[in-house]
Amino acid sequence: MKSNKFGFTLSEPRVIDYEANNRQIAEYIFDHEPTFRLCIECGACAATCTAGQFMTFSLRELNVLLKRGENDIPRQRIKNCMFCGKCILVCPRGVNTRGVIFHAREAFRKIEGNERF
Amino acid sequence: MENIVVIGGGVSGLEAAGQLARMGYSVTVAEKNEKTGGNVKNWYHLFPDRRDSKEVIDYLNKLASHPDIKILTGKEITEISSRNGKFDIKSSDGTVLEADAVIVATGFELFDSRRKEEYGYGIYDNVITSADLEKMFRSGGVRLVNGKLPEKVGFIHCVGSRDEKVGNYYCSKLCCVTAVKQAIEIKEKIPGAEIFCFYMDMRMGGPYYEELYREAQEKYGITFIRGKVSEISVNINGKLVTKAEDTLAGRPLRMELDMVVLMVGTEMPEGNIKLAERSLLKCSENRFFKPVDNHYGSNLSGKKGIFYAGCCVAQMNITESISHARAAVSEVVNYLKNR
Amino acid sequence: MKEPENKRIWSEYQKEIADDHFFYVRSCIRQSFFPGSEQFFLKMMREILGKDIYENPSHTTCTGIGYHTDIVPFETIMTVIARHFALMKEAGYRNIAISCVTSFGIYTEIIETWKHFPETLEKTREYLYKATGREFDVPENMAHTSDIVYKFRNEIAAKAKYRLVNRFTGEPLKVVEHIGCHYSKMFPKYGVGGAEFPKVLSGMIEAWGGQVIDYPERRHCCGFGFRQYIVQANRGYSLSNSVKKFESMKPYKPDFIITNCPGCNMFMDRWQYAMREMEGKTYGENGLSIPVLTYEEVAGLVLGINPWELGLQYHMVQSEPLLDKIGIEYNPSDKYLTKDGIRIPAPENLINIK
Repeated sequence: MKSNKFGFTLSEPRVIDYEANNRQIAEYIFDHEPTFRLCIECGACAATCTAGQFMTFSLRELNVLLKRGENDIPRQRIKNCMFCGKCILVCPRGVNTRGVIFHAREAFRKIEGNERF
Repeated sequence: MENIVVIGGGVSGLEAAGQLARMGYSVTVAEKNEKTGGNVKNWYHLFPDRRDSKEVIDYLNKLASHPDIKILTGKEITEISSRNGKFDIKSSDGTVLEADAVIVATGFELFDSRRKEEYGYGIYDNVITSADLEKMFRSGGVRLVNGKLPEKVGFIHCVGSRDEKVGNYYCSKLCCVTAVKQAIEIKEKIPGAEIFCFYMDMRMGGPYYEELYREAQEKYGITFIRGKVSEISVNINGKLVTKAEDTLAGRPLRMELDMVVLMVGTEMPEGNIKLAERSLLKCSENRFFKPVDNHYGSNLSGKKGIFYAGCCVAQMNITESISHARAAVSEVVNYLKNR
Repeated sequence: MKEPENKRIWSEYQKEIADDHFFYVRSCIRQSFFPGSEQFFLKMMREILGKDIYENPSHTTCTGIGYHTDIVPFETIMTVIARHFALMKEAGYRNIAISCVTSFGIYTEIIETWKHFPETLEKTREYLYKATGREFDVPENMAHTSDIVYKFRNEIAAKAKYRLVNRFTGEPLKVVEHIGCHYSKMFPKYGVGGAEFPKVLSGMIEAWGGQVIDYPERRHCCGFGFRQYIVQANRGYSLSNSVKKFESMKPYKPDFIITNCPGCNMFMDRWQYAMREMEGKTYGENGLSIPVLTYEEVAGLVLGINPWELGLQYHMVQSEPLLDKIGIEYNPSDKYLTKDGIRIPAPENLINIK
């Protein structure tokens, strides 16, 4: 708990501290779904995404965050995907987007011991 | 025999000279450096197919070793003036060459990275340029100043390009694909290294460039981060602390690298700006020579008998430089036959 | 770091600094927070360096704090600055010496505005004339007072009694230099050494025997930020910025911090107190905090001026461990004696007390 002794507290740093972060989840996805590497962050998957129309969910964003080891947001939001598979149809780089999400969930479960989604 | 002076002995200069000689003209090539071969001779492998640059240099040298081609090295041209349909081409050593037509093929020079002070080139160890890296490749090893292998390498795109702060609005076009090529080459030499490219846009506008980019991701695991590096500094462990925004995450990013490679852009050499002024040739806002028309007159200077070839008008890769040089030759022949 | 290349960068931004005859303008806050600095600056200029420096008692705040908190409009602040120039003209001076970095930034911003938009200069002339009947000239030379000390750093070194050297180890003292953002980040050409590698303070440190630390967050703002610190609830933001710097410099074990901006100095000093109280964290060696000195105080120390006359006791972080390292003599019992010999109570909770 940060001290509020003088009526204000230290701000949380926003910076992505690459060295401090753990990229095990991303490594797991790379190993099991190598097309994860091919994303160029165009956002077509997020544009067509069923879940993203009504919930905060962008695979494009999660992709970047996972690769930087910023796992807190993906850990929660990855649950919003309903596996409809529309994203695979639009990806210009041939990323198996559905597979990325599947293995991301698996990684969180196996590595962090999260409950089965 | 009609004589043509070609200013510049790089790719387009030698190509133009060779083609003219084949057609029966006498050619004098004035090269300001001690060796011909322009910027290419300082490169190790070429994008996108990674052939050795020596192959291109060998082709050019073979083409230009012709009895009707005279190559003068160490000769910097300072002024072109015309007199009764002939041209006087003055050199900094005081000599004057005479010609019936002139091809300006003065090319580009690399941006001086020291002007981007925030990257610390020349101040911090292990901040190098793309040209320095090519030298390392040629001499056999990518090493840190302390002799060790780098484990984490960052490439910074657009150093001196697309940057109002250094007065260059333009894209240098050749550097994105060079970064991808160099990233792959480092990864091949040091398989355990983590490689990052910090880019503003990936401009893969050439044949097989996008494919190379894809290969860099798929086969070599190069990480591409969209964000221009704002600052490099050194921490107490000698690591290069690199700051950028990870624009696609919408957050600032901080990373510690062993080596940073600055992807230097291209510039019109200062001497050529003076050459243009003295010779009453026009330059564009980007300071390169301004041709009469960018679509169908890019070899024409606007002064009859003076023609442009290659990177002195715009950024071109080797293929384009050679094509542009050949086009210049056709303009020269047309001019000499119909004057 | 490769020193010779470093010097090349400095040399490209050598600004012209007048040699003599300065019209001096004050800071709002520095007289209260570290009152010895201004006193000593004027004394050093007049008595040690033999320069003519004049201060008109009727000059006012530049209103920079009001400007940066959106209270004072630009037209108003231009007119206030114009009045200072009018006072300068009336006193027959052409070189302005600005003692505050916020003010310095304001002056550079206004002069650049007048250069690029001459109609704003004419408007300002009109406003000032209507309001006060005064007329003004734009100064021929504009310097921050740290520029002036930089200019005379070698003269000061030649008269120095002490050098910035640890007398126990013989090593140069490790110094963090912190430049106020508005000194050169807005207009690099107005700063000695520009914005990326400002030379103004590092030049003094090198001339006086110390060694400058180039740490990763060297260019980061102290977080002063006007509208942030003015609202109490927002101060955590200001503090966090200074903390980012402290954590980055800590591994280098700096002996002290030198600043040229009143706001930075006050914050980097007081925030070390705040962090010790709030989080139990300190950033100096052996659990101590890092003294934060102005360039005048450092000049005074090397010249052998009594530290209590320089006002070092008015910082939160006390300097005795530093004085001991340099070998500066001081009398602990005089620390809280006024000039008239009256003993004032010692402040509570000071840091680095022996």
